[in-house]
Amino acid sequence: MDDLSAIRSEALGAVEQATDLAALEAARVAVLGKKGSVTGLMKTLGGMAPDQRKEFGARVNQLKGEIEAALEARKGLLGNAALAARLASEKIDVSLPARPENPGTLHPIGQVMDEIAAIFGDMGFTWAEGPDIEDDWHNFSALNIPPDHPARQMQDTFYLPSRADGTPMVLRTHTSPVQARTMLNKDVQKMLADGGALRIIVPGRTFRIDNDATHTPMFHQVEGLVIDRTTHMGHLKGCLVDFCRAFFEVDDLPLRFRPSYFPFTEPSAEVDIGCSWKGGELKIGAGDSWLEILGSGMVHPNVIANCGLDPAVYQGFAFGMGIDRIAMLKYGIPDLRSFFDSDLRWLRHYGFSALEGVAR
Amino acid sequence: MKFTLSWLKEHLETTATLVEVRDALTMLGLEVEGIANPAETLKGFIVGYVVEAVQHPNADRLRVCKVDTGNGVVQVVCGAPNARTGMKGVFAPPGSYIPGTDMHLKVGKIRGEESNGMLCSMRELELSDDHDGIIDLPAETKTGIPAAEALGLDDPVIEIKVTPNRGDCLGVHGIARDLAAAGLGTLKPMKVERIKGSYTSPIKWTHGYEAKPDSPCPIVLGRHFRGVKNGPSPDWLQRRLKAIGLRPISALVDITNLVCFDLNRPLHVFDAQKLSGDLVMRQAREGEMIQALDGKTYELDPGMSVIADSKAAHGIGGVMGGEETGVQPETTEVFLEVAYFTPIKVAATGRKLGIQSDARYRFERGIDPQSVQWGTDVATQLILELCGGEASEITSSGVMPDWERSYTLRADRVKNLTAIDVSAKDTTDILAKLGFTMSGTGQNSEGWTAAVPSWRPDIVGEADLVEEVTRVAGFDRIPTTSLPRLSATSKPTRDPLQRRVPQARRSLAQRGMNEVVTWSFLPLKKAERFGGGGADVRLLNSIDATLDTMRPSILPNLIDAAARNEARGLSDPALFEVGPQYKDATPTGQARVAAGLRHNMAIPRNWEGPARTVDAYDAKADAMAVLAAIGAPVENMSAQAGAPDWYHPGRSGVIKLGDRVMATFGELHPELTTAADLKGPVAAFEVFLDAPPPPKTKATKARSKLTLSAFQPVERDFAFLVDAGVEAEKLVRAARNADKVLITSVRVFDVYAGKGVPEGKKSLAIAVTLQPVERTLTDAEIEAVCNKIVAAVTKATGAQLRA
Repeated sequence: MDDLSAIRSEALGAVEQATDLAALEAARVAVLGKKGSVTGLMKTLGGMAPDQRKEFGARVNQLKGEIEAALEARKGLLGNAALAARLASEKIDVSLPARPENPGTLHPIGQVMDEIAAIFGDMGFTWAEGPDIEDDWHNFSALNIPPDHPARQMQDTFYLPSRADGTPMVLRTHTSPVQARTMLNKDVQKMLADGGALRIIVPGRTFRIDNDATHTPMFHQVEGLVIDRTTHMGHLKGCLVDFCRAFFEVDDLPLRFRPSYFPFTEPSAEVDIGCSWKGGELKIGAGDSWLEILGSGMVHPNVIANCGLDPAVYQGFAFGMGIDRIAMLKYGIPDLRSFFDSDLRWLRHYGFSALEGVAR
Repeated sequence: MKFTLSWLKEHLETTATLVEVRDALTMLGLEVEGIANPAETLKGFIVGYVVEAVQHPNADRLRVCKVDTGNGVVQVVCGAPNARTGMKGVFAPPGSYIPGTDMHLKVGKIRGEESNGMLCSMRELELSDDHDGIIDLPAETKTGIPAAEALGLDDPVIEIKVTPNRGDCLGVHGIARDLAAAGLGTLKPMKVERIKGSYTSPIKWTHGYEAKPDSPCPIVLGRHFRGVKNGPSPDWLQRRLKAIGLRPISALVDITNLVCFDLNRPLHVFDAQKLSGDLVMRQAREGEMIQALDGKTYELDPGMSVIADSKAAHGIGGVMGGEETGVQPETTEVFLEVAYFTPIKVAATGRKLGIQSDARYRFERGIDPQSVQWGTDVATQLILELCGGEASEITSSGVMPDWERSYTLRADRVKNLTAIDVSAKDTTDILAKLGFTMSGTGQNSEGWTAAVPSWRPDIVGEADLVEEVTRVAGFDRIPTTSLPRLSATSKPTRDPLQRRVPQARRSLAQRGMNEVVTWSFLPLKKAERFGGGGADVRLLNSIDATLDTMRPSILPNLIDAAARNEARGLSDPALFEVGPQYKDATPTGQARVAAGLRHNMAIPRNWEGPARTVDAYDAKADAMAVLAAIGAPVENMSAQAGAPDWYHPGRSGVIKLGDRVMATFGELHPELTTAADLKGPVAAFEVFLDAPPPPKTKATKARSKLTLSAFQPVERDFAFLVDAGVEAEKLVRAARNADKVLITSVRVFDVYAGKGVPEGKKSLAIAVTLQPVERTLTDAEIEAVCNKIVAAVTKATGAQLRA
């Protein structure tokens, strides 16, 4: 009796006084360890009479349970305190900067090309490409630009040495030669003969001898070409209205089609979009002013014939616009020359994140 | 092309307003570039009557004037020497803005006398340089009316852009014709009267070559005038020329300018007394010199045509007259030249000599060949009317060029091509008003035949007729019809090869690099350093020597861009460009390349860890990332030495798939970075986007089946001692191939040379992951695989397993 209560009060006292987990463990060993006081009591049970063993055993077990519960409770308490102490010691200065990382950017030209690809892709256009170094035939003759046309003169066109066969070589002055390259393609001709429709966009680099505040010797254009048997100027209008509204993200953007002249289209139209200049700031949308943004027209029968198709059967439209220019208009970039200067401040300011527009 | 509204109305009977005229012009394809109305700047200025002008009591040079403004009399102090009682002048009330002095008028006192406004000089109104005195208007001018009206300046000046096909609109008459066709009024017929000559021209026209319809000058007319009185032209003519920015010179010269801008008919007048013998249209002689009307001397060649007398050339055909025989104020005998020059020849001559003139501008676009007749008549009328004298009979030489032609317009063509319904009547009306002679009914798909007027050389087929009908009927009548869908779902715009460009761009931007776009050309020296610069890719007419050769690589431009940024204090640029490079001038010589570079610090100085400079492995990582992004089989590629010589020879490599080079990478050659003034290393790469084989096209987008093993993978480390020259990749490959089923990855985790490693050797440590498929591996099985790995590596590289 006395034995048990002495052990009890000693054990519970030791648990109570343990101030850390090590002291608590020592207290546990002193009671429940191999040589512990309660363990010692358990060992005495073997030598007792059954009746006595039963009665004493129950009391020892109760005592053991009581001490274990006290140990557990104390352990929880001390454990929480230790964790709290550790956490307190692990505090950091969250105001220090994050690990340095350079945020990469995409150039507006590529971004706008991707936007163009998405919008025209939706209208059934596919992407076509051609070489920047072109022969005179694809760049001029095929497109109904006669030999004496001013565009062919040295002051507008970059020339390279002629090919061995005497063909003059140029840096393409527009993306239009890809019209010819595409129409001349045998697979395309077969597709058209089978009743198919050709719809391509041709984004790419173009070159003209121009180098001043608003012109650069290299710039970017996107050409569009639709050829089938029934496409008419109403479709040209519809296609460009749909594009411009989607691109500039203005649902009611007004467009104006004006007669113009290009050697490779007939009739030819220049296209203006509505805008206003309130307070000297350009706003694209319905307004009191117009902004010219692209040239277009029905493909000239001579061009269709030059590309090996019968103009009595096939017709369609073509258009061309400056990618740099529409990028400037949409994103408010003031200076064309800065596109090609690679200034990091400009790239970070006008560039796009790697994920921009991917979700669309 | 500029003209005034009143000038237009000389040719067009119309009640249309300026705004209506402006909109109609633009919608006809004659884009209005601007309208300037001098009356706008002169708003508020009125005609004032000087009731009295007396000497200023306190200033010798000033007068005090009482001016009747039509709305009361005010006192004005005036400093002009010509201010006098009874004169009419231009009065500016207080508050007016004086453009010539950039001042706003205020009421004030000048030397003690009150001044309520100002009497203006021509210069103060920016109407001319005249500042000798105030404007002295004719006595009969009404007091109080707007000054613009009194000065004949109440006439808007319209400027239009004429497309190269519309030479006929380089004269006001042609513009009026288009407006009339569009329903804006009625075209007034040209006043042409044939005046019979009273004597035989002492100067005859001849040709130095056989005149044919396609000769440089197929036909020329002319006539002699005597007893003429040159001198200043009348006010109305001077005003008209000034309004469009031309300087009045003398009556005879002004007449030629008027006919040029009014009727698109360039003319030339010679001082007949300065000519010797007859005039001849001939080829220029090699080295022949001429002093032209612009005062400059030009050397000619036989490709050019000249107008010459028996002694010398006095005009460059279709381009410019000669100085020596030009008319002077005192000229009394003149010879009028009215020629037709073939457009191509004029353009070639003008270009070669670098002369821009109103004549060239018109001849090279093609004028009305018939104008040699009516042009002579119109000019004769004007000369006799304004300069008096008498005219000789007409002299001519040559033949009329072929201009008569006609085209069929199918009845349904306009509808099919433009989707506008233009009635048969409207179709023929439009074309007839534009000068076409129409025949056929347009019924039952028969169509029409349209004979082209002589002034429309640009009309060469049915499509041109469609355009004429459409633009006059109005582009606003074209319906807006969205393109019909080709298929139920939209397909990708780009094919898999084309998609590599955006994939490369986005992966590099994701890796913290900034995309740039640089010129396709660069200086020859740089091209040569990067293995390019062949004769076929050198521009014949570059803007300057810094942009004269097509780039064989994007890197030189990126090096320059990095250097520019560093020079601006923008450190550690990481730049890339995805674009073309050019091996030769053939279409296959152009390749799509993703190139980039990182300069100096990979990780800048920071609070947390060590800074690190870039090295070849950064470039390799970039290159591999691009290759992975474009879907190339990177696991089958191997990196080895052998990059081109613009890289550091020991710190660069190529990434190959079999024998084919997919990419190059490494530190740039120090010689290049030093030349660009870039301090610190530059890690660069070039990925050839067209090089990896195109992915196999599959019928489905479904991926292959993924089987996940239920068993724990096992990792074992090995450290090998190998010769220092052994490439890690060789060792890794040998290890991986030791058991292709169980080994899923081999990773190099340590490379060491130095203390504890013999000279000429290095220690390479790898971690090999084994992935059991069917059941957990026993120790014995793992042991067996490990032995296979050691054996394979030893065999391939001569390596020894380190204890």
